[in-house]
Amino acid sequence: MYIKDAPVILSAEAITKQFPGVLANDKVNFDLRKGEVHTLLGENGAGKSTLMNVLYGLYKPDSGHIHIDGKPVTFTSPKDAIANGIGMVHQHFMLIPVFTVAENIMLGSETTRNGVLDIRAVSKQVRELSHTYGLDVDPDALVQDLPVGIQQRVEIVKALYRKANILILDEPTAVLTPQEADDLFQIIRRLTEQGVSIVFISHKLKEVLAISDRVTVMRTGKVVGTTTPQEVNEAKLAAMMVGREVILKVDKKPAKPGEPVLSVSDFSVMDSRGVEVVKKISFEVRSGEVLGIAGIQGNGQTELAEALTGLRKVHGGRVILNDKESTGRPPRQLIENGLGHVPEDRQRHGLVLPFAIADNMMLCTYYQEPFAQKGVLQNQAIDANSRKLIEQFDVRTPSPYVSAGKLSGGNQQKVIVARELSRPIRLLVANQPTRGLDVGSIEYIHHEIIDMRDKGIGVLLISAELDEIMALSDRIAVMFRGEIVATLPAAEANREQLGLLMAGATHK
Amino acid sequence: MEWKRFGFIAFIIVALFSIVVLIGQARDPIPTIIISMAATTISVATPLTLGALSGVFSERAGVVNIGIEGMMLTSAFFGWFGAIYFNTILKFEAMPSLILGVVIAVLAGALMGLLHAALSITFKVDQVIGGTVINILAIGITGFFNRQLFFEKNSIFGGNVPHAPGTLPSVGQVPFLANVPILSNLQPIAILAIVLVFISTFVLFRTRWGLRTRAVGEHPRAADTVGINVSFMRYVNVIISGCLAGLAGAYFTLESVPSFEPLMTNGRGFISLAAMIFGNWTPLGAWAASLVFGAAQALQINLQFYRELIPPSLSLLQYPYIVGLTPYILTMLILTGIIGRTVSPAADGQPYEK
Amino acid sequence: MAEKEKTSSSQPRISGWLRSGLNTMLVPALAVLTAMIVGGIVIALAGGNPFAAYAGLIEGSFGSLNAISETTVWATPYIFAGLAVAFGFKGGLFNIGAEGQLAFGAVMAALVGYGLPLMGVDLPAVVFVPLTVVAGIIAGGIWAAIPGWLKAKFGGHEVINTIMMNYIALNITSYLLNGPMKDNNPLNVVARTPLIAESARISTVFPDYRFHWGFILALLVAVLIWFILWKTTLGFEIRTVGTNPDAARYAGVNVSNIIIITMVISGALAGMAGSIEVTALNYRHELGFAVGYGFDAIAIALLGKNHPAGVVLASLLFGAMRNGATRMQFNTQIPVDIISIIQALILLFVAADAIVRYIYHIRIQQDRLVLTRGWGG
Repeated sequence: MYIKDAPVILSAEAITKQFPGVLANDKVNFDLRKGEVHTLLGENGAGKSTLMNVLYGLYKPDSGHIHIDGKPVTFTSPKDAIANGIGMVHQHFMLIPVFTVAENIMLGSETTRNGVLDIRAVSKQVRELSHTYGLDVDPDALVQDLPVGIQQRVEIVKALYRKANILILDEPTAVLTPQEADDLFQIIRRLTEQGVSIVFISHKLKEVLAISDRVTVMRTGKVVGTTTPQEVNEAKLAAMMVGREVILKVDKKPAKPGEPVLSVSDFSVMDSRGVEVVKKISFEVRSGEVLGIAGIQGNGQTELAEALTGLRKVHGGRVILNDKESTGRPPRQLIENGLGHVPEDRQRHGLVLPFAIADNMMLCTYYQEPFAQKGVLQNQAIDANSRKLIEQFDVRTPSPYVSAGKLSGGNQQKVIVARELSRPIRLLVANQPTRGLDVGSIEYIHHEIIDMRDKGIGVLLISAELDEIMALSDRIAVMFRGEIVATLPAAEANREQLGLLMAGATHK
Repeated sequence: MEWKRFGFIAFIIVALFSIVVLIGQARDPIPTIIISMAATTISVATPLTLGALSGVFSERAGVVNIGIEGMMLTSAFFGWFGAIYFNTILKFEAMPSLILGVVIAVLAGALMGLLHAALSITFKVDQVIGGTVINILAIGITGFFNRQLFFEKNSIFGGNVPHAPGTLPSVGQVPFLANVPILSNLQPIAILAIVLVFISTFVLFRTRWGLRTRAVGEHPRAADTVGINVSFMRYVNVIISGCLAGLAGAYFTLESVPSFEPLMTNGRGFISLAAMIFGNWTPLGAWAASLVFGAAQALQINLQFYRELIPPSLSLLQYPYIVGLTPYILTMLILTGIIGRTVSPAADGQPYEK
Repeated sequence: MAEKEKTSSSQPRISGWLRSGLNTMLVPALAVLTAMIVGGIVIALAGGNPFAAYAGLIEGSFGSLNAISETTVWATPYIFAGLAVAFGFKGGLFNIGAEGQLAFGAVMAALVGYGLPLMGVDLPAVVFVPLTVVAGIIAGGIWAAIPGWLKAKFGGHEVINTIMMNYIALNITSYLLNGPMKDNNPLNVVARTPLIAESARISTVFPDYRFHWGFILALLVAVLIWFILWKTTLGFEIRTVGTNPDAARYAGVNVSNIIIITMVISGALAGMAGSIEVTALNYRHELGFAVGYGFDAIAIALLGKNHPAGVVLASLLFGAMRNGATRMQFNTQIPVDIISIIQALILLFVAADAIVRYIYHIRIQQDRLVLTRGWGG
């Protein structure tokens, strides 16, 4: 193919970057040819983002060299990278929600006339770019009013406006529906045809195989190898990524569902802006089963979980938890009714980071015996409880009195899971329980969830990872724009069908 | 600005004016009272307007500035000291002394702004604590130097409180402005404040500087990724904030009264912040809100003229201490958000860490 | 925060405890030292002799039994007010309103102290003294409850609201002390209340010294606050809300209630500062007495790392400075106001401890205090 003969336009040699306690990049080599899509594949924490931030001038490498078109360059800020034709679309968009598309695009390279911002000239240029690359955006719209797929286009236009011919896309499909992802792939192909080179960062094997010309795999800060989609398959890439054979399936016995532990009817919730984001939904979770809620992020799952666990106001409908009326009850009462909750944002809701592990282990029950008597904390009971749970759940820590903030993400999640499971719960609401964790921790948490199901606890699993939903659930409910558009037994579900449902394809 | 907010501002101002008109009409013609109230309102709103603008620049760039009170106090003192120094020691005429006093006040404000910027941007001190440091430091510095320079025997003024060169004259002194109602009663800083409201609006919303300032206050990382120097933008805006607070300080000792009293800013800096919040971090909104507080204070001042006309059923209005509560209660009411919620810049108060 | 290594349930060995205590004190101590050095430079610039000035300061604060007694007298209201601010910080609230709460507490204590006998109520000291003190505690608590409620209910920022409450307290006190509550002795021209009854007064510990039982009470209250914060479920709730209100809500804590309770206790402590000054020292309230305590209390709380023991030590330091300043001025003609500058500098170096760490090359990292969570509204 022509790609092989295309000149190398960017090369990074022996990039090393050390953070306190972590060697994020260890003599990493990477090169990019004109017009190719070169994927960087790796787990969370493998060092992909660090490398990209080095290439974009956000981090200064401890050692190593970068060449653009064969000439050595040093970047002290993104300004230098931009000047050398590098553009980046970050995983969390770098857009200012209250600015218009045009304002966002011109920020940092503004056009002015007599000292006044020349919005009209920018809008005209944006329209021209949109036309050339087939990236339809309205320059006068406020970014906060746009769907994420369009916001991503704005980011791409922003890079092209700065005359980027190298585009770094950091986990670009994480927030997209399968259909939006297909659109993105078309855009990528059109860009490469025009001579733009793409660095594509991902940990999703299927899409990597679909879009890449070459794939470089990273693990714990090192490059494992570079290959092409023709030479490998999913299992082989997974093994390269993790360093061992990965069992992509979770072993589980058939479920034995019992009585409903949660029944929700006509349930409605509003988001913080007062928009109804959960619309009159009804479902049940039985003891001994896992009900998975599939859906693209932002279709009301977060608000649903928050309202079910008492953190958000219920707008309408009824909730029965463990045979008790629980609509709109405060968290304390729900906890006492047998609710366990692994929250979506573990650092914000699940833990008090500066507090000791021992304190976090009794965060929901500190006022009950044996942890407190007549309002006075009982240190011995708190100590014994934490030591027992640290042992039982294999939390890696030198002492129960280390602050939770000092633990790794996987161990933090174990503290939460240990705390929630140590209580006599009947229902567990687990929202994105493995987000951002390494494969070992993911396997551990999955195992615990199935274990609980087998002990007769009902589990409501909310996840944006379709693979996780399919591996763990007994029944799958698909959420789209605040409604449950279908509920089907996991055995009958397949990826394509779920993907279409998540995108609202068969929406009545 | 939404209608609800605008309506509230109009309602409060009309209500406050009406009280004075109803009481005062027994003695003075209504237009006279209204013109007098309007002139007083605009005049006493001056430090609030400037203070609120000061807050707008700092907070639009993402730095909470509760040290405006202290910046005002420091500038009030040093501006006053400067004017006297030029006048009595260097024998300058009154007018140049006063103008140089204003310059010194603005410079003192800039220095305090620099300190706040260093604390909150370089040292990443919690910005509310940093502002409190400014406020306490201001009380200490002005108290000490006031005593040391003006009351100690071996000071440069020899222990005598020297005569201040008066205050900045009203623009009514300029021949062709003498007969313009309201305007002719105003003094230069009051007029400058209004001009600055419009300049600030232009700078913040129409220029490159303004776009970048708002960007670092909303999403500093996004600004960083397009090559904007977040620290630099924040430093300069906080220093601008200090200059504006300094000009507000000059109002107290060079325009309002020709003297300095310890603690004379009396909470105006804090009320300015409420005006800024109620004005939704925009210069025009902040000005409108400042006028509400100005009217509340004008009520207290103008009621003094008509004290004996206050009917016994409203005897509470005879006590300046009770009428003087109005701005403070208004501030608390505004902060509840009952009259329209406002949205602060998204990164307001957060240090930026790469 | 500093206490996290010795949270509620740890049982550390004494040596470790001592070491962590010393480490915690290192930076504040160096901040004080640095502030004294910078203050000395200011004195020198103003034409004074800093060594003579500081000698006078020390002589005036610790040079005799009477000087030490006076230092405790000065430190007493600082302990209460410093605890008030520190308690608020623990709950994530910045109470800048200690001054108003103190003033309102003092006014109410004075009202009960002189008012009840006028109404013909004759109480024995064992009842009357506690009643007078409690009047101030309640008044301070109510004064802080208002901004607490506004914060919990509407999200109104307590920093501005407590300051507004200061000015409201000042205006109302001015009105009362110039009007209905004014000491009507024909010789009096000052805005102050009449003297409170003898049986409402707290006595001194030794004759001939002003060292009074209020100071002992302040130490006991410091211990009580320590116990509440670190040994009770209420304290756990307050610290959780102060550190991570989202997690507190998740854990089933009623965050709004805790915000109000924290403010009420904080205000009650400040109110107690006022009522102890009335019952144990001045026997009346005078306009302007409360001025400055609110800001000093913030400096004390931060210098004391928001720990009751730290607050007591910082209060003794501040009390000693205020007390010794008179002797310093007498000896060297340096105005007592220099103390305000030194105290502001102490606060500056404690808040921006990065400066101190840089100057003295200290590597022990401490967690940053975070208060600013936007304006609410």
